[in-house]
Amino acid sequence: MNARDEILGRLRRNARRDGAQEPAARLAAHPRGTVPARSALDHDGRVALFMAEAGRVDATVARLNGTAAIPAAVARYLEDAGLAPALRTAPHPLLAGLDWAGAGLDARPGASDGHDVAGLNVAIAGVAETGTLVLASGPETPTTLNFLPDADLVVLREADIVGAYEDVWDRLRAAGEDAGFMPRNINWVTGPSRTADIEQTLLLGAHGPRSLHILLVRDDG
Amino acid sequence: MESTTRAFNDNVRRAIGDAGLRRSLDKLGHGFPVKRRLAAERLPEFETLRDEARDIKNHVLANLDTYLAAFEAKVTETGGQVHWARDAAEARDIILAVCRDASARTVTKSKSMIGEELAINDHLEAHGIQPIETDLGEYIIQLRHEPPAHILAPAIHLSKEQVADTFRASHDGLPRDRDLEAPETLLKEARAILREKFLAADVGLTGANMLVAETGSIVLVTNEGNADLTQTLPRVQVVMASLEKVVPTLEDATTLLRVLARSATGQEQSVYTTFTTGPKRAEDPDGPDAFHVVLLDNGRSGMVGGDFQDMLRCIRCGACLNHCPVYATIGGHAYGWVYSGPMGKVLIPNLIGMETAKDLPNASSLCGRCEEVCPMRIPLPRMLRDWRRRQFAAGQTGIIARWALKSWAFWARRPGLYHFFADIKMRSLAAAAGRRGRFRSMVMAGGWTGSRDLPAPQGRTFQAQWDARGGKR
Ligand code: SF4
Repeated sequence: MNARDEILGRLRRNARRDGAQEPAARLAAHPRGTVPARSALDHDGRVALFMAEAGRVDATVARLNGTAAIPAAVARYLEDAGLAPALRTAPHPLLAGLDWAGAGLDARPGASDGHDVAGLNVAIAGVAETGTLVLASGPETPTTLNFLPDADLVVLREADIVGAYEDVWDRLRAAGEDAGFMPRNINWVTGPSRTADIEQTLLLGAHGPRSLHILLVRDDG
Repeated sequence: MESTTRAFNDNVRRAIGDAGLRRSLDKLGHGFPVKRRLAAERLPEFETLRDEARDIKNHVLANLDTYLAAFEAKVTETGGQVHWARDAAEARDIILAVCRDASARTVTKSKSMIGEELAINDHLEAHGIQPIETDLGEYIIQLRHEPPAHILAPAIHLSKEQVADTFRASHDGLPRDRDLEAPETLLKEARAILREKFLAADVGLTGANMLVAETGSIVLVTNEGNADLTQTLPRVQVVMASLEKVVPTLEDATTLLRVLARSATGQEQSVYTTFTTGPKRAEDPDGPDAFHVVLLDNGRSGMVGGDFQDMLRCIRCGACLNHCPVYATIGGHAYGWVYSGPMGKVLIPNLIGMETAKDLPNASSLCGRCEEVCPMRIPLPRMLRDWRRRQFAAGQTGIIARWALKSWAFWARRPGLYHFFADIKMRSLAAAAGRRGRFRSMVMAGGWTGSRDLPAPQGRTFQAQWDARGGKR
């Protein structure tokens, strides 16, 4: 017998069925568990909670009025961090028409090759519960931008801040096809990369970014 | 990995004599437990979530065949491939074959307990493929050819000086007398070296914290970001996961993720949690072209439906290690295999056999802290007692212990005689101990009196005092 049939056969023989719920029904209904009450807030409450939680995990947040303010905010951040005015940007429509040169920036759209000092990506959502960014892979939002550059900058639209992680699953299911609503990667990012592997000393910037800066953009219609 | 569990008693003796290990373990005992408590206190729903997490996994284990088949169907549908392995040898062969198909020369690997179980690094190396661990702690112990000392923090037993020595000995082409004093400098050096390895690797080998049946996704959780570089940059991704890692839906995964990081490190959420579904899509600018999942049984299907099924709920958070007084005294290596602490004591005999691991279930005071903190509410002490009972039944218990247990059973079944002699014994012990009230040494109790005094009984027996109070508090 092949390994698959042998393993599945043994599982079938040994299983103590609970009869509580049919697996097919659970898969179809995907019921929510308990969602922490702390994120059940109105829009302003969610934005405030998101910012507070992101701050707790060493991310920084700048609030901007409209996407046109993004290049200047990026330039200011890089200068304050002592970094060169250059970055790799997501080839995303939200960033396409922006005046990078006007802000003195050398912005190159595309995936990261591992030698970019700064990268700018666009999140699909922010989860207020823990100050977590949610990013999806795709042609407009390369996953490498989230992990390779030293400084990770992420644009998040205020309207995309939800209370709990489950709200993002619902949005993805609603937007996608039934079978394949998941992109290759969904990344939850909660603060910049860190390690405590040497003498349990917490250090930021293990393999991923040393810093995480969130550009929180108020809707400009 | 080859186990040294048989030599448990020698391992323990060596560990207790290691002053550096003492320091690391003391630090651990003061760090993680405090952070876990604060995180739990900050979430009023924490205890409810623990119940729900337990129930999800119980439901999965009752229907494991169905959920695994559903997971496999979704992986296939999204362009990936599932391989089934009955044991470690089969899994190693599958992984090697995938690497050879990809003409791989180097393989980056993110920390995986299943990888340790398979000893996959040794296997690849023996066949001319270079594996590179990318979790910082795991990288350090790979350079030192050591097994992990903790399921979350593999290099927990090392000082920064030891890490510096290791880097000096292993990183060629750098000045020997460079400054490696600060942990930051060590991290910077490792980061720079590993960055080039990430970019050059042909295959990325990862574990999986969970498998999602609903979507065919695998879930990877790290703080460093190494698992993401490992699964995004190479041409081929291979995921190693044991059968019980599957959960039904994204919502179920989410519930488990709410208790995982809090129990492990006291974080609200780990830095990077990634849901990966299949290989890169046609339009994607990055990600691997091929996606393989190797499902490993290695003894688990035999645990389903039996006395140790509950152990399969484990999500490898490490809380039971962090709160265990025995782990805090001997560290991870003494257990002699890839797992350690309370979960190791229950799991190791299941996976490599009771005969080899017979000392493990006995090295416990059954204090119960592990069960108190386990997010999955696994009855670890109950299962340790089950192992002891089985050992006794199989005649694996030592002759002195058997004799002692038998004589205890004789007295316990005769309460009148027991109380009569207990009273006499107490008085005579108290008299023999004299004014000091303690013994420096005692026949057949050398294990105790070798390192501390044995206090003599004081006053009257508990039963006598209880009676004197009329049997009431
Ligand atoms: S047994 Fe429980 S506490 Fe221990 S690692 Fe597993 S889930 Fe965590």
